[in-house]
Order: sequence, then structure tokens, then C-alpha cells
Amino acid sequence: MTERWRRGVFLAGAAGLAALLLWGLAGLPGFGRYPGPYGDIINRIAVAQTNATGVVSAVNFSYRGFDTVGEEFILFAAAAGVATVLRHLRGKDRISTRRAALDRVAPPASDALRMAALAFTGPVIVLGWFLATHAQTSPSGGFQGGVLLTTAFVLVYLAGQVLLFRRVSPEDLTDIAEAVGAGGFAAVGVTALALGLPYLSNYLPLGSTPGAVSSSGTIALISLLVGIEVGAAFLLIIGELVDQALLVREGGT
Amino acid sequence: MSFLPYVIVAWVLIAGLYGVVTSRHLVHQIVCLIVVQSSTYVLLLAVGYRTGAVAPYFYDVPVHTPAVDPVVQALALTDVVVEAAVTALLLAFAVQAHKRFGTLDPHELVQIKG
Amino acid sequence: MTGLLAVTTPYTVPAGVMGVLQAVLLVLTGAGATAVVLTRSPVRQVLVLSAYGLVLALLFMVFQAPDVTLSELAVGTVALPALLLLTLARVRRREK
Repeated sequence: MTERWRRGVFLAGAAGLAALLLWGLAGLPGFGRYPGPYGDIINRIAVAQTNATGVVSAVNFSYRGFDTVGEEFILFAAAAGVATVLRHLRGKDRISTRRAALDRVAPPASDALRMAALAFTGPVIVLGWFLATHAQTSPSGGFQGGVLLTTAFVLVYLAGQVLLFRRVSPEDLTDIAEAVGAGGFAAVGVTALALGLPYLSNYLPLGSTPGAVSSSGTIALISLLVGIEVGAAFLLIIGELVDQALLVREGGT
Repeated sequence: MSFLPYVIVAWVLIAGLYGVVTSRHLVHQIVCLIVVQSSTYVLLLAVGYRTGAVAPYFYDVPVHTPAVDPVVQALALTDVVVEAAVTALLLAFAVQAHKRFGTLDPHELVQIKG
Repeated sequence: MTGLLAVTTPYTVPAGVMGVLQAVLLVLTGAGATAVVLTRSPVRQVLVLSAYGLVLALLFMVFQAPDVTLSELAVGTVALPALLLLTLARVRRREK
């Protein structure tokens, strides 16, 4: 009875919410009729000011760089939270990953899966680095490149090689890489302060051609650091969850 | 057509909330939260769209081509990656809840005190 | 600056085609979200979520946002299902 009562109350509330939402959205200027001046101004001056042809990355790392610092530290805090909760859980069991992996009873990965993982790991790493370093030229950027870098390591795990996965992504290394990425981003901003400029302003040489890899100053550098940080954060999270999934209980909690 | 994206945004939001309210498994609830978040990405991109315009990348088109709004794309882009990390934190809490209380049913978890 | 603009780039598609693509993908998004919510078994829901991520990525593509497409592809089809399936494996192991 409570189940149906709860559902009825929710549907009544949802009807009211939907009515309010649609009434509010009807006040927008319609789909496809973008009126606002801000986007047009940025599109017109971004290439000339920052020598970066990828305007979205220029907005992310230069014009709205402060928002990106905030988002990156949300990522950092979430990864730290996952590590805190799950390492505390694992510490009580005190079984090493190596022994748990050797005791593991899992169906072996099929040959097709192992071939696919083997074939794709290299290209995925190359693609991830390409995306992380080409933020200023084409649709790429640190965030996408970082997630793709993690995907390469996940492919190693999917091929059934748990010990190899743990060996190529040791805990200490991922912790250090994540700290270097996040701290590096903050350091780039603070260096601008030390030079007497506002926080996170673009102080490196802008390069000559718009849209080359070496142009656009701090945007390229920040994109690389963000790629390292995002990749390390996701690798840390997935590594913690893999360790959790490997734990073989011997009776008891 | 000019109002369809907003109708879909409202629909996805309400559907996700319905899933959260009537769920019996914590991981199912977390996935429904992901659906709710995806409605905001669609709303952000629909607000910045301009009919007949190109993507805001001027590598091979001249600079004064009419393009869509790049600012909302920048917001949506970082949004997608960060929400995945926050989802991971929620999943860690779900694992912790399972270890402490042995159940992942939200209705039973509410009744546990202390 | 309303209505159709006389933009001719090497990649221009007739505006009618783009409108139809957007409408179709929007309806698919609504249907996909409903499917994700109504799937009760968590493991199956993760697979439906992966397909929904793919539909979302295509939708972002026809909204002229290739950056967001790359993000959504990498996150919604690989990273999120990996996290969810690992959590489900951890949870299910306790129930054995």
C-alpha cells in the first residue's frame, strides 16, 4: 500500500514539476534561434587573441579557466574520496592483491577478447595522447584524452591479465601522476600571479600560426596536465574497484 | 520542432526521477541519477544551437563563419567527465553500505538505525 | 540573425536533413532514457545504459558539438559501465 501511495504522490508532484519546467522553457527564444552576444563575441576574437583554432578548448582553459580548475578539483576530491573509503574497507581484510588474483576462480577470457584487447591497447594510448596534446587545434582536449588513456589500461584488465594490470598501474604511480596533474594546473595559475598578471592568464609565447601544436601558450600545457590528471584519477578509481572485486572472502565480513 | 528538445529534456528528467523514487536497488538508483544528469547536457547544448551553423572550430573554415555557442559546449564537456567521478564516489558508498548492512535495498536501509 | 543562414562550407548538409536527424535522435533519447529507467535488473541496466550513451553521443554530434561527443563516448560507453560492473561484481560476491 505504501508503494502505490508513494508512486501516486510522486506522479502528482512530477506533473507539477513538468508544468513549471515546460512553462519556464517556453520563455526561451526557441530551438535554433540563438540570440546571445557572448558566444558570437568569443567566436570572433578567440582565434586572434589566443592563436588557438579550437575555441571550445580556449574557452575551457583560458577564458573560463577558473571554472575548469574548480571542476578538476572536484575530480581530484572524488578520486580521493573513493580511495579513502575503499582502501579503508580493504585494509581490514589484509589480503594482498597478488594472492587474491592467483586464487581467483573466473572463466578465462575468450581468444577473441584477448586478441581485440591486444590489438587495441597501443592505438588507444596513441589516440589518448593525441587528444590530450591537440586541444587547441581540433575537437580534442585534456578531459577526453585522459579518459581514453584509462581505457587502454581497462583493456589490459579485460583481457584477463589482472596481475599485469596491477603491475602497469601501481598505486603509488597513479597517486603521484594525479597529484602532478592537479598540482601542475594550480602551479601554472599561480606562476601567472608571480609574474604580476591575473590568475591563470596566458603568459607563455603564443606561437606564430594559429592552430599549430606549439601555439596558444598555456592552453596546450594545461590541456596536457589535465589529461594526465583525469587519466590517473580514473585509473585510481578503477584500480580500487578491481581490488574490491578481487577480494576472496575466507568466511566472515 | 522548435520546442521538441525542451519537451525531451523535461521527459528525461521526470523519467529519471521516477526511477530514483521507485527503485529497489542502490545501483539501479545511481544509474537513474546518471539519466537525470544527461538531461542537463541536452538542455545545455539545445540552448546554444543555431540553425545552419557549424561547430566552433576554425581550423578549416574562415573565422567569421556563423558557429554555435562554444561556452555551453565547454560547460557540458567538463560536466560529462566530472559526473563520472562523482558517480564513482556514490558507488564506493554503495559498496560500504553493503558491507555494513548486508543489503542494497533502499527501503530496508532507511529502517536501519545507527 | 534568425532562420537559415547562407553558410556554405565543405561540410554543409541541407538544413532539412539536419532537422530530421535531430528530431529522430531526440525521440530515441527519450525512448532510451525510459528503457534505462524501466530495466530493473542492474546488470542488464548497465548494458542499456551503454547503448543510451551511444545514442546521446550521436545526438551531441548532430548538435554540432564534437568535443562533447568524444567525452560522452569515452565516458558513457566505457568508463561508467566498467565502474558499475565492477561494483556489481563486488556486491554479488558477498551474496554467494
